[in-house]
Amino acid sequence: MHLLKFFTLILSLQLLSIVVTAEEQETRIGFLAYHPDQGPVLSNLLPEPEDRGLRGAQLGLKDNNTTGRFLKQHYSLESELAETPEQVSKTVTQWLDSGIRLLITDLPKKELLTVTKIATEYGAIIFNAGSYANELRTEACPTNTLHTLPSRAMLTDALGQWSTARRLQRWLLIKGSQPEDIAYSESLKRSAKRFGVKIVAEKTWSFDTDLRRTAQRELPLFTQTDEYDLVVVADERGDFGEYVMYNTWYPRPVAGTQGLSPVAWHRVIEQWGAAQLQSRFEKHYHRWMNSKDYAAWAAVRTIGEAVTQTRSSDTETLFSFINSDQFQLAAFKGRKLNFRSWSGQLRQPIPLVQPRSLVSQPPLEGFLHPVTDLDTLGFDRPESSCTVSFNTAVK
Amino acid sequence: MKPLRFTLNLLAISVISSALLSSAATAETAYISNEKDDTLSIIDLDTLEVTETIDVGERPRGIIFSHDRTKLYICASDSDTVQVMDLSDHSIIAQLPSGEDPEQFALHPDDRRLYIANEDDALVTVVDVQTQEVLAQIDVGVEPEGMAISPDGKWALSTSETTNMVHWIDTETNQLVDNTLVDQRPRHVEFNKEGSIVWASSEIGGTVSIIDVASRKIQHKLSFKIRGIHPDKIQPVGIKLTDDGKYAFVALGPANHIALVDAKTYEVLDYLLVGRRVWHMDFNADQSRLLTTNGISGDISVIDIEDMKVIKSIKVGRYPWGVRIKP
Repeated sequence: MHLLKFFTLILSLQLLSIVVTAEEQETRIGFLAYHPDQGPVLSNLLPEPEDRGLRGAQLGLKDNNTTGRFLKQHYSLESELAETPEQVSKTVTQWLDSGIRLLITDLPKKELLTVTKIATEYGAIIFNAGSYANELRTEACPTNTLHTLPSRAMLTDALGQWSTARRLQRWLLIKGSQPEDIAYSESLKRSAKRFGVKIVAEKTWSFDTDLRRTAQRELPLFTQTDEYDLVVVADERGDFGEYVMYNTWYPRPVAGTQGLSPVAWHRVIEQWGAAQLQSRFEKHYHRWMNSKDYAAWAAVRTIGEAVTQTRSSDTETLFSFINSDQFQLAAFKGRKLNFRSWSGQLRQPIPLVQPRSLVSQPPLEGFLHPVTDLDTLGFDRPESSCTVSFNTAVK
Repeated sequence: MKPLRFTLNLLAISVISSALLSSAATAETAYISNEKDDTLSIIDLDTLEVTETIDVGERPRGIIFSHDRTKLYICASDSDTVQVMDLSDHSIIAQLPSGEDPEQFALHPDDRRLYIANEDDALVTVVDVQTQEVLAQIDVGVEPEGMAISPDGKWALSTSETTNMVHWIDTETNQLVDNTLVDQRPRHVEFNKEGSIVWASSEIGGTVSIIDVASRKIQHKLSFKIRGIHPDKIQPVGIKLTDDGKYAFVALGPANHIALVDAKTYEVLDYLLVGRRVWHMDFNADQSRLLTTNGISGDISVIDIEDMKVIKSIKVGRYPWGVRIKP
């Protein structure tokens, strides 16, 4: 009896697969990550998950396939976590040669630019879901590339809006000495200028004491400057920033890479149906969804929406649809999202979070823009020298 | 000593409940589900005051009556069940096997088959409310939410928020037979009285699609514009149609307004200011009043239909979601 059931099941599955393969439109996506060694950090208590990004892409794939079932469309995902920059180029070339034309990457700026160069020759689309670098949106302007992760400027502008709205008009800026920390602090300074915030002092943390033991002694002295309303921290790796809170000379809030943080995504976001996305993610992957997971999820869903709406597999058709005002993505941030036609950046509200609650979600009321208030965050058209372009295949 | 107290308590309860019964017989009563309080608020429509607050399962959202209005079905989303409340004494008399995370549902004209959207599992579960058995589970799109059954009982419709479709389920076979693509994040579907037309709201798309039932194709699309409110904040959710076929009311979420639409010409006639983040609505029996649930402000707005004016707001629990009025 059981055996019979089993055979019937197999038979029906086979029938199903025959029907499915007969007319289905297949969309292949590659997810590539490279996480260069960050070196030792003081605050090494909570490491970032190694499968960041990938899990978001996988959840997006599930969502796409559930929709695809009704439209005879199927999506598949190949993924790799490269160990060296050479492996990044090698894998991308292999994938492109095998016919993949849709790439999602969690790569540093340099590797991303290498990949876009290779992929452009194949007429592929690249989704940047790993680099916050402002230059990619203002100067480097890689062709065939869309950014689903916000730029640093979008993050710090969100903080600037909140700070202005709360009348915290004087900042003490503390930064680390890594290139990313300097990039983040440059972004903070740009936002300060934009929103008329005064930076009372700018200091670089270069001490090598173990703050897990001595923060109470070191930080009050380090933060003894002219009076400030808010301490902003630029420490992307989490080297010393976690120890700034509650240890400052003046009892003031801390924001930036630690404290109140602007992010693309965080577990505390639950409005606008986000509770459903969060619970689906946790159910499958047993951890919290983070910013890179969200950016990769949004990239896969962007592909899904474009394929559903255009019923096309042609990358040029997909790219121009995604970059048009026809495109809209429901992405659990309370309003429809689309891409900036000059930089290929996904417009999006930026949640400001603390570990257990959402504090605010700029753009805030009162920050006006002639086109959309989402463009009060990050580089607006006149501030970017990019024009998004798509190169068709030469190979 | 103990038995005596027990009898006294019983006596007290019966006195109270008979008092409740007699008041319920004279006035219309509104039931409101409070999503973040795990309670129902009960409002007397004569006095427009909350008369009682009752504990129910976790995260109550969709609520509907049995056809004879003696029972209330409650989607207790986080308890993964549909609770059945006896309206004579407000006791929970059964928990139906709803599948995980039930959000909205619809009762077939046969008063037995309950079609439940399981938001987390991309399923519609069909339960027989008499035998309490699951009759079928139907695969639909990601995050099913809206559910409606055609007046003739032929179609069960489900909307999926991330797949952006209206799914057409044949209730004879419980098979999914067709899908209509609509704008982003469809939340709610509502048949007109004749069953010839379906109204489907798209929250993020900002539109309401008017779908012809015979062809299952969109024949018209409504959009909304309110002075001083950013178009992205106009997010249609609940829809209610008057029985005379004259008007449609569309709740516009964070725009904090209800759109009044001419149900024949699809022209938007007016916008009524209500509480913050308005979700769902219900009419009283003679359709002279419309109640709206306002999620963020935690209150109910009462609209007088003849004057088309909001006449009162009533504080209820946290995040009121569903509303049903019993004559």
